[in-house]
Amino acid sequence: MSGAHPLLSVQGLTKSYGARRGCADVSFDLWPGEVMGIVGESGSGKSTLLSCMAGNLTPDAGAVVFDTRTSGPRDVLAMPEPERRMLARTDWAFVHQNPRDGLRMGVSAGGNVGERLMGVGARHYGQIRAQATDWLGRVEIAAERIDDRPAQFSGGMQQRLQIARNLVTGPRLVFMDEPTGGLDVSVQARLLDLMRGLVRQMGLSAVIVTHDLAVVRLLADRLMVMKDGLVVEEGLTDQVLDDPQHAYTQLLVSSVLQV
Amino acid sequence: MITVRDVAKRFTLHNQGGAVLEVMDGAALEVGAGECVGLVGASGAGKSTLMRMIWGNYRIDAGSIRVAGVELAGAAPRDVIALRRGTLGHVSQFLRVVPRVPTLEVVAEPLRVLGMDATEAETRAGAILSRLNIPERLWPLSPTTFSGGEQQRVNIARGFVHPWPVLLLDEPTASLDAGNRAVVLSLIEEARNRGAAILGIFHDEGARTQVCTRLVDVSGFAVAA
Ligand SMILES: Nc1ncnc2c1ncn2[C@@H]1O[C@H](COP(=O)(O)OP(=O)(O)OP(=O)(O)O)[C@@H](O)[C@H]1O
Ligand SMILES: Nc1ncnc2c1ncn2[C@@H]1O[C@H](COP(=O)(O)OP(=O)(O)OP(=O)(O)O)[C@@H](O)[C@H]1O
Ligand SMILES: [Mg+2]
Ligand SMILES: [Mg+2]
Repeated sequence: MSGAHPLLSVQGLTKSYGARRGCADVSFDLWPGEVMGIVGESGSGKSTLLSCMAGNLTPDAGAVVFDTRTSGPRDVLAMPEPERRMLARTDWAFVHQNPRDGLRMGVSAGGNVGERLMGVGARHYGQIRAQATDWLGRVEIAAERIDDRPAQFSGGMQQRLQIARNLVTGPRLVFMDEPTGGLDVSVQARLLDLMRGLVRQMGLSAVIVTHDLAVVRLLADRLMVMKDGLVVEEGLTDQVLDDPQHAYTQLLVSSVLQV
Repeated sequence: MITVRDVAKRFTLHNQGGAVLEVMDGAALEVGAGECVGLVGASGAGKSTLMRMIWGNYRIDAGSIRVAGVELAGAAPRDVIALRRGTLGHVSQFLRVVPRVPTLEVVAEPLRVLGMDATEAETRAGAILSRLNIPERLWPLSPTTFSGGEQQRVNIARGFVHPWPVLLLDEPTASLDAGNRAVVLSLIEEARNRGAAILGIFHDEGARTQVCTRLVDVSGFAVAA
């Protein structure tokens, strides 16, 4: 952690789908160790923004500057494709809302985790398996399930496996799109506890998209509120939730019981 | 340690016809090391509002609030987070925690964030929990199922587990029995004696008399209707 530069600096990020606005002119800095939440109604551009930052989608305009380990801040969008793919494997992680989008369903749980290690150059079978077992333990999946396929797991277990697969390579930045969506509340609580612990232990930075304001309150240092592809409000999480300035944020906050 | 100058606050209720509530104007206040200042004034006068602006969860519309030299008006989130980590402690009225996390970890967490190792942090957390009469058999459990008074004591334990140089206390003795109230008041006195700058809201007049070195009436900052 140098601390001299933001880990990620997003500038004027814009993406349209034909005439329809995905997201427009989004800018922010994310510092090492910070967790930023993104909330907003369905269709407000949250997933579009996340995909553009993570390089899964090419934006129409803007820059995504990442503080690389070797050569400092670099615009990821201007990087040659192989270099960007390597960065995505070594430094970034992307946790999808639907674990099926982030897992290889035909490969065992251990294989799902081990594959990521091999992607960054690990070759020693014994070590890969040991590390996979260790990570399954950290996300509370019993070691004896290591050879099972994800399809044999519950939704919550699949989501935890996806997290293990993503974090095993020690990324510095994690993107999460509705990581607790579709899970029942007790499983959500467990996942929250897990993510919070990991963020602290590993000093990760994260960008988390969610519609759940209670999740955001507990997990995010900062919050960005989106509507119709635009950022309408941003700031310290508890300030945005306790003293919202924008009409839309006020509506969002007053629509839930108590956060 | 806390300096409030010319602070104004208004709420615009966009979803209630854009009504504007001007709640404060020209608020000024100073709390030095070793002082415990109590905020007083009628219900609705703005005690909690002022305290929240100092904690950073209410925006400061005009004027300046400095805590240990850090300007809070317009501060970047990460500066507020850094201030809260090591300098500015807070006992809020309600405990908010990630479900499932054991009480001992909830209380140890501020120390862990400051980089203390788990064993040492949990030893300190245990000591303050014991002092607040939270029995050891509750430590491995999440406080989410605790009684109101127990939750409040966990919250207080969290607020006193580290010697923050500046402390904000929002009704720390509400809903406590006489024995636990006395423990909390002595924690406050000890913090004051070690030189902490403390700002508190105490509806309990006896508590105020015992721990406050000075009172500030926020009614004077209200906007004349
Ligand atoms: N592939 C696509 N082609 C055309 N339009 C798209 C495409 N993907 C998204 N959009 C549109 O872009 C806008 C933003 O969509 P996006 O998926 O980013 O929203 P979101 O905030 O993630 O919503 P949700 O909360 O429902 O996941 C929407 O109007 C959506 O219909
Ligand atoms: N988030 C908010 N949105 C709108 N108005 C608010 C908000 N917070 C406080 N107010 C208003 O500001 C005024 C001051 O409230 P505040 O809670 O600071 O009073 P108080 O002195 O703490 O009262 P009490 O002794 O009853 O706790 C009240 O009119 C209140 O309705
Ligand atoms: Mg989406
Ligand atoms: Mg109040």
